[in-house]
This record gives sequence, structure tokens and C-alpha cells, in this order.
Amino acid sequence: MRGHHDMGGLPAGPVEPTEHNYAPWEKRVHALLTLLSHSSRGIIMVDELRIGIEALGAEEYDRLSYYERWIVSITNNLLKKGVISTDELGRKLAEIEAREAKGQ
Amino acid sequence: MHADHDHVHPHRHPPQPDVEDTPSTYYQRLEEAVRELLIAKGIFTGEDIRRTLEIYDSQSPVLGGKVVARAWVDPAYKARLLADGSKAVEELGIPMDTTKLVVVENTPAVHNVIVCTLCSCYPRPVLGLPPDWYKSRNYRSRTVREPRAVLAEFGTQLPDGVDVRVHDSTADMRYLVLPMRPAGTEGMEEAALAELVTRDSMIGVSLPRAAPVTAP
Repeated sequence: MRGHHDMGGLPAGPVEPTEHNYAPWEKRVHALLTLLSHSSRGIIMVDELRIGIEALGAEEYDRLSYYERWIVSITNNLLKKGVISTDELGRKLAEIEAREAKGQ
Repeated sequence: MHADHDHVHPHRHPPQPDVEDTPSTYYQRLEEAVRELLIAKGIFTGEDIRRTLEIYDSQSPVLGGKVVARAWVDPAYKARLLADGSKAVEELGIPMDTTKLVVVENTPAVHNVIVCTLCSCYPRPVLGLPPDWYKSRNYRSRTVREPRAVLAEFGTQLPDGVDVRVHDSTADMRYLVLPMRPAGTEGMEEAALAELVTRDSMIGVSLPRAAPVTAP
């Protein structure tokens, strides 16, 4: 069966010549993958990133922006490989939210 | 301050919103969380992140333009570029890392276009980060089926007899189009030629800029 990401040849609308300057957080997501996939580490390779993106349901795939898909896939890969745990991640997210609430 | 002035009381200008002032989204916090956890675990350092971002900033279509201009003026270089793209761009100090670069040449009979139907694979070391439209559903879906219609949306009309070849990139193999050298550029220097080479002409959705009109 054709995956949702596999859109080559399907009918679609006109190509809008859109450009945008990448936001700093988007470039940092990219940097995470570059570092994780570097041959000195080999923690998440590009094909694994893609499998993680393709595993998002069709609805999530369309709802998330490009780098949102990336960070979700990177996170899921790290959890699956046991590089980070859900507990650690939950605590860290709570810490970041608390930090932001205090305006830091 | 004059009492009859419209602005009698010292008014505060609305604060200029900084990126940090807008509330972050869940996904932005996720990036921050993952990055901080990986740094804390010693998988990489904050300096590694900064250096990687600097490399991205140094990658742009200017590099691709240099490669194309060299191929236009140096037939031996062009032969090496078409034979092994990765090795030939490394000669000019552009590392391709682990991805293989395949350079496809436009001729009067053949026009090449690159796409990544499955995601967004792009020859970043020579072109930088891809434009949004390259990653869009519409470009990815249609370029492989009706490339001429897509090219027309970029204002590019090719003669009927030209064969259009579409190259679908992969994670490990990236394509770069070597556009045809514009007519009337015979006397131009390599550096000036490089300025005629646009990003879109190296993706294949358009042609290089025309030779500048010089005074007689």
C-alpha cells in the first residue's frame, strides 16, 4: 500500500513559490539530526528519521509543519533506542515550562 | 513636554516582540528538552550545535554557482564533475560528507529537474537549505508526472523537442543540475559567470540568468 508520504505522481495543486527564513529552533532540530547521524555517533540515521516521519498517521503528517515532524521522529527514535526515557523527557519538559512561566 | 502636544504623557512604545517573548509551542519545547538531555548525557556539546549551525549558514547556492561556472570554463573539470560529483565538488573545498552527489547536465536536447517525492532530500552542501516549495506536496506530487506544467508555473517554457528528465533524490543520493551556459557569455570571466547561476536553475525549474547586456 502507498504510504501517505509517498506522493509522487498524485494529483495536486499549483506550486506556490513560497520561501521562508528558517527559524532558529528549526535549524537546531536539523542540527540535532546532523549530530546524531554523524558517523562518529550513528545514533539516528536519515532513513530512521524518515521511517519515524512516515509512521506518523496521515492526519499528523498533514497537521505538523516540516520540522515539527522531524522533532517528533527524532524524539520517538531516541525513546525507542533507550537513549532517553519518557520519565526524563517528561521531567525536562515540565522544567522548561516552569522556566518559561517564570520568564527566564 | 508641552501640554498641548498630542502626546502629553510619556507613552510607552509597544515592546518590540523578540522571538523569546512569543510563547513557545510544544514542538519548540520538545527540541529544547531533547537538546538539553543529549548535552547532559555527553552525546554532544552546545559547542557542537553552534558549529553545526555555522556550517549551515555557510552553505548556499553561491557554492553551487561556483561549481557550475568552473564546469562552464574548464572542460576537464566538467568531465570530472559528471563522472563523480562528490569528488569534483570536494576539489573546490565543498565536503559532501556521506551523501553521493550526482550532477546531471542540461543540453539542447535534454533538460533535467530534481525532486524528492518521498520527503525533501536536497544537495545541501552546494545549495544550502531547500526552499519551502521544494518540500511542498504540490511540487513533490506533480513534478514526476507533469514536469512541463510545473516548469511553466516557474515561468519556464521548453521547446517541444526537449526531453525532460526528472530525478528523484534519496537520502543517500542527491542531484544537482548543470545548466547550459547562456548564449553570449563567451568572453565572461568565471566569477561573473557564477553570478548568472541561480539556485532554481540548479534545481532545474528555471534557466540561468541571461548574459548582461554590455554597451557596444
